[in-house]
Amino acid sequence: MVPHSNWPRISTLGVDGFLISFGDRLSEPANRAALAFRAALDHADWAGVEETSTSLTSAYLRFDPLAQDHAALQTRLDGLLAADDWYKAELPGGRRLWRIPTVYGTDLAPQLGEAAQAAGLTVEQAIASISETQVRVQAIGFAPGQPYLGELADCWDIPRQTTLSDNVPQGALVVAIRQLVLFSVTTPTGWRHIAQTGFRLFRPDTDTPFTLRPGDEVLFPPTTPERLANMKADGPDGGATSEVLT
Amino acid sequence: MTRALIVHRAGPGTSVQDRGRPGFLAQGLSRGGAADRLALAEGAALLRQDSQLAALELVGTGGDFEVTADTRIALTGAPMRATIDGAPIVWNASHLLPQGARLSIGAARTGNYGYLHLGGGLDLPTLLTARSAHLAAGLNGPVQAGSRLPLGPDAKPDQTGLTLGTNERFDGGTVRFVAGPQTPLFDASEIDRFTAMGFRRDTRGNRMGVKLFCDGAGFHSDAGLSVLSEVITPGDIQITGDGSPFVLLGECQTTGGYPRIGSVLPCDLPRVAQARPGDILRFSLIPLAEAVEVERREDTRRKTLRNQLRPLIRDPHNIHDLLSYQLISGVTAGDDLERDIP
Repeated sequence: MVPHSNWPRISTLGVDGFLISFGDRLSEPANRAALAFRAALDHADWAGVEETSTSLTSAYLRFDPLAQDHAALQTRLDGLLAADDWYKAELPGGRRLWRIPTVYGTDLAPQLGEAAQAAGLTVEQAIASISETQVRVQAIGFAPGQPYLGELADCWDIPRQTTLSDNVPQGALVVAIRQLVLFSVTTPTGWRHIAQTGFRLFRPDTDTPFTLRPGDEVLFPPTTPERLANMKADGPDGGATSEVLT
Repeated sequence: MTRALIVHRAGPGTSVQDRGRPGFLAQGLSRGGAADRLALAEGAALLRQDSQLAALELVGTGGDFEVTADTRIALTGAPMRATIDGAPIVWNASHLLPQGARLSIGAARTGNYGYLHLGGGLDLPTLLTARSAHLAAGLNGPVQAGSRLPLGPDAKPDQTGLTLGTNERFDGGTVRFVAGPQTPLFDASEIDRFTAMGFRRDTRGNRMGVKLFCDGAGFHSDAGLSVLSEVITPGDIQITGDGSPFVLLGECQTTGGYPRIGSVLPCDLPRVAQARPGDILRFSLIPLAEAVEVERREDTRRKTLRNQLRPLIRDPHNIHDLLSYQLISGVTAGDDLERDIP
């Protein structure tokens, strides 16, 4: 995919930030570019930079504008941006494949039927389609440790609901626009609740408060409500396992 | 034995707050911290202590409190009616709260967020680098009646009776903002209309953000609602589905899909957080270079708050044991009326 000539683009965000955007539509190269550019920013470790992050297709840098002026930082960003073809960057190192046991539908996840219908699939086809697709963490955001996962098959390009569902629980798997989101907190949402896991994404009391990282891959194998209940009782992994991708 | 603050009664939403948790944006956790960060700095200045120390954030109303040993306190932010054992005490000032006395803090007269600071700070264990509650992320929770909150050691246990001039920010007014990556999605005429309009603060609002209500038509961007989820930061002015603005505060999400017309300056965010339902807020678009200079001036002012401290002059009407003072003979230390009550 050839990026549009307007991209990448550097803008200021607020008084104390820069946003380096690699596209205004989600694409695999733009996502990889954002992750790699943020890693390069962290590696550069410029004075005055206070933190960095990524969204789906952008890297973000927050700095102290009283210690470092915008023009000097912009020059450095221009230089770093020109130093590589970020759209051809590799995925981050140390990625892992997670298998997170998942209950599709039932009273735990009441919107599987309507989501399948919106995707033009039977419920059985929908479960097969989601559970057999190895999705990637494209970004962590919105809530602590919460992944945007993609990309699903074309048929899942279904819109968000126009009205919000109240209080979809922590561990819920929701779908819209060819992406899945796994909820780290209980929240209202416009995405459809199609499955439920027992996986805790945010564990503030532990040495690894945030479990998933951008670049990690995830499978959601089907399980039963009874087995999920047992796995949840065993701890915050909810039966999930991980292995390092090589 | 460690001193403690005993909470007998607390309004809903009362929480321990400090400067929050910068550095976890990449993990989806916004920095949070005190809704009115200037009030946090003012409390630290009044007690001449580190501005990293945690205070109690009171939302709309206070509560009833007691300490297990004599403790300095300071009250800042939205002015609330406060008494010690029934005797009124001055807001935006430091006082001595004697062991066992009852500190009662009532409803805010203007603004939303008031702060109770204690000498030595609220010394809770840190969780992900800070002591503050992040209510949206479920980190620590609101403070409940019956809580006993430990206090840190106080380096200057005797310095009280100081006051600071108030920085008025409790009833709306004009806030400054800068353009951002999505400002060009809005036509110049829409931005002109935005900066000319007065917005009423909606009843919906919390530490995540504040919804504003426009009397005229809502605002429109070329992107409509198809903007890809992007990094958002406190101060961003989102234009939501119905065309009305929503200003993000410290506990906001870290990514969002609504188009943003710009970002409010950090030093003006307390004014947004403190506006009450019905208060009018206006927005003034300023160039980035000017915004940096405004922030620099405010930063200097915040860092020199201690130079602006004045001794508290007491109103004799507020001294409940006036007759016990030696007012006539003239042989006094000269500070009787400035000493803390009772």
